[in-house]
Amino acid sequence: MANNNMNLKLRIWRQAGPDKPGKLVDYTLDNVSPDMSFLEMLDVLNEELMKKGENPVEFESDCREGICGNCGSVINGIPHGGQHRTASCQLHMRHFRDGDTITIEPFRAKAFPVIKDLVVDRSAFDHILKKGGYISVNTGSAPDANLLPVAREVADQAMDSAECIGCGACVAACPNASASLFVSAKISHLARLPQGQPERKRRLIRLMEQMDEEGFGNCSNQAECEAVCPKGISIANIAKMRREYFKALRGGE
Amino acid sequence: MIFNGKIPEGDPLNGRVPEGPIEKRWEKWKNELSLVAPANKKKHTIIVVGTGLAGASAAASLGELGYNIKSFCIQDSPRRAHSIAAQGGINAAKNYTNDGDSVWRLFYDTVKGGDFRSRESNVYRLAELSTEIIDQAVAQGVPFAREYGGLLANRSFGGALVSRTFYARGQTGQQLLLGAYGALLRQIDSGKIRIFPRREMLDLVVIDGKARGIVTRNLVTGEIESHAGEAVILATGGYSNAYYLSTNAKNSNATAAWRCYKRGAYFANPCYTQIHPTCIPVSGDYQSKLTLMSESLRNDGRVWVPKEKGDDRRPTEISEDERDYYLERRYPTFGNLVPRDVASRAAKAVCDEGRGVGETGRAVYLDFSDAIRDNGVEYIEEKYGNLFEMYERITGENPYKVPMRIYPALHYTMGGLWVDYNLMSNIPGLFVLGEANFSDHGANRLGASALMQGLADGYFVIPYTVGDYIAREKPEKVSEDHDAFKESEKEVKETTRRLLSVKGKKTVMEFHRELGHLLWDNAGMSRSENSLRHVLEKIPELKEDFRKNILVPGEADDWNKYLEYAGRTADFLELGELIALDALNRDESCGAHFREEHETPDGEAQRDDSNFSYVAAWEYAGKDKIPILHKEPLKFEYVEPSQRSYK
Repeated sequence: MANNNMNLKLRIWRQAGPDKPGKLVDYTLDNVSPDMSFLEMLDVLNEELMKKGENPVEFESDCREGICGNCGSVINGIPHGGQHRTASCQLHMRHFRDGDTITIEPFRAKAFPVIKDLVVDRSAFDHILKKGGYISVNTGSAPDANLLPVAREVADQAMDSAECIGCGACVAACPNASASLFVSAKISHLARLPQGQPERKRRLIRLMEQMDEEGFGNCSNQAECEAVCPKGISIANIAKMRREYFKALRGGE
Repeated sequence: MIFNGKIPEGDPLNGRVPEGPIEKRWEKWKNELSLVAPANKKKHTIIVVGTGLAGASAAASLGELGYNIKSFCIQDSPRRAHSIAAQGGINAAKNYTNDGDSVWRLFYDTVKGGDFRSRESNVYRLAELSTEIIDQAVAQGVPFAREYGGLLANRSFGGALVSRTFYARGQTGQQLLLGAYGALLRQIDSGKIRIFPRREMLDLVVIDGKARGIVTRNLVTGEIESHAGEAVILATGGYSNAYYLSTNAKNSNATAAWRCYKRGAYFANPCYTQIHPTCIPVSGDYQSKLTLMSESLRNDGRVWVPKEKGDDRRPTEISEDERDYYLERRYPTFGNLVPRDVASRAAKAVCDEGRGVGETGRAVYLDFSDAIRDNGVEYIEEKYGNLFEMYERITGENPYKVPMRIYPALHYTMGGLWVDYNLMSNIPGLFVLGEANFSDHGANRLGASALMQGLADGYFVIPYTVGDYIAREKPEKVSEDHDAFKESEKEVKETTRRLLSVKGKKTVMEFHRELGHLLWDNAGMSRSENSLRHVLEKIPELKEDFRKNILVPGEADDWNKYLEYAGRTADFLELGELIALDALNRDESCGAHFREEHETPDGEAQRDDSNFSYVAAWEYAGKDKIPILHKEPLKFEYVEPSQRSYK
């Protein structure tokens, strides 16, 4: 194993705080195992930095199995590093080569201000979903689950959309910093299900208005979002959101 | 703590468990609980710490009732709590599959699975509420797997002979959490819940013996903040990360629960730590966490190792008659679906014999070739596609072609803060839900039962019992200006200052890893008197080293991840001692707690009901003092304790 280890050059965005200037700083890191995850590589770098009396690189990370949506940085220009359907925490160093230079930056968007180094504030996502990214049902009032059959294909399609982990890579990849993929995934998930029908229109309008309010841009069909999505959420969701929007404007269902 | 061999014993505990026929207990209890008038609910503030399944469902349900809720989480968004990572499913006694399931059977399986170390009444209530959870989740739009007819699909899980597990691909936890998160957001939008993300609870404030609030650190600005309320609900998860490597998230920690312990809340059964049998093995020192592969894989995957020691041929070169499908051989009835503790120990046993596979010899195969041959690749892809993808991403190997390599890892902790039937700790006004409490799983939790418990506690138990507390106790309002808050803030700031001022040579990760190794080797899958005494000798040295030599970078009033880790590791060091002490005190084997001195001739856990049929709840006795043991005797009126058999 040891003989496959790599020596890497890292260029990492360092920014002390939201209002402080930031810049790319060069580091070298030797003896990186190909079996390490990308974030484990950063852990090792931080151990070295701290031992030298320097401040570690701050980055977000939690589950490290690609489901919590906490991690995310722009790796060599691509959010999450460009490995198909893979979040930063699941990206492994075997996809890099000895001697590579890796540039690591935070997700960039007006609606995602930098907090420190690679950490950004994505609370805009919660502000949007708060406006109706759910079905309004109080605890205890639900009928028996099997009273409401849902065709298997429909449940599967709803699940395809519901898999979104809210990491924000779609926004970071979009030249307009649009949150359309994120918002449309929630709209499609709920619009497909019979439970989602009563609030279908209201949800759509409120979510879309809040998306604008938070400072995200519009969709111009670049499809970069789909390409970087660690869950493979399809841009067909955006098409569905638009159709829903036209229907809502016409006042029909 | 210097352990001198003597454990001081305090008064026995009363779980306030209702009497009468078990199937009527919860209903009768609910009917007798006091209610808060609708117009009065808005006068009360309830603090909910944690936004996983238990915390989010509790906050949402209480918000719907009209209480003012302050909800806290350490992540940037409540949606990221670690419940999100639960894969396999959630149990419910719906009997949609017509295979003979019932509330009784789910109750029975859970009591037996927990090796007769849980409270019957709590478990029965859990089984009873399980069906309502599914109804609630479906109404929220959780996209569970369905049959072609449109009705809900089920699968089997370990420790049961019926198919009662509901699932959403391999992301059941994610979908259930997003359902609860939606309910939480709805109450935020309505103004009933105020959300405080990126806050870490660092102290519980107790005034006149009652829980009256918390002190938190704002993880962005470093500010220390006080929050007062009429009740505090803790839903902060388990302590698997005491072992450093576990399947928990990097931020999962025991600090909130531990600070409650130090304020007088009893910590129950800390030695009940569950090892999950199907995780991806360790690959190197840099390893930061272990990744679980859902137990549901054991429905179709067959576990085996070579019959011969040291057989290092590729798995595909080892013929059928040279393989030992040891679970099927030892447990013909349950086969690969034995409970987690049994499967984990069996894997350890074959590896200890030198028959383990992979580079380190600490792994066994989980092989899908028969299932693929019998049912086709599509069948496997549909059921486990995302898990297979994840495995390949991490290991670089394709499990459709070569068997997975798996090994047990720390996954869940059945122990936690002691609570009564109302889920209230011994400190009035402090309620504890989900994995953070000790209540329902005994000495071993069955698969697909954690999601069930978190949601049962949050949606269907706490809304009643907190109301009862407020209606009966009528707690007076206190303000954050109260001296108790000021003192606590001062202590918290002092702890932070001390951590930063040492400027030693060893990083937090080095200490945490050292503690993890110590616990895993000596208080992990199996323990002995010697190994546990070794832990109790070593930890004080490690604590002393930590005190003198810890290196924490940065400042207190800034974003500082390693400062957070340092505080949590300091608490894990203390908790590690309590785990070892509890394991040493419990001189029997039961469920996941396996004392090498106590095994049956077949190598199973040998309980000692006459001496240990109790909950061990520990009371903090002061710095470096041996904690005081309180026992809650367990009564089995419905399920006769027997030697568990999965043969």
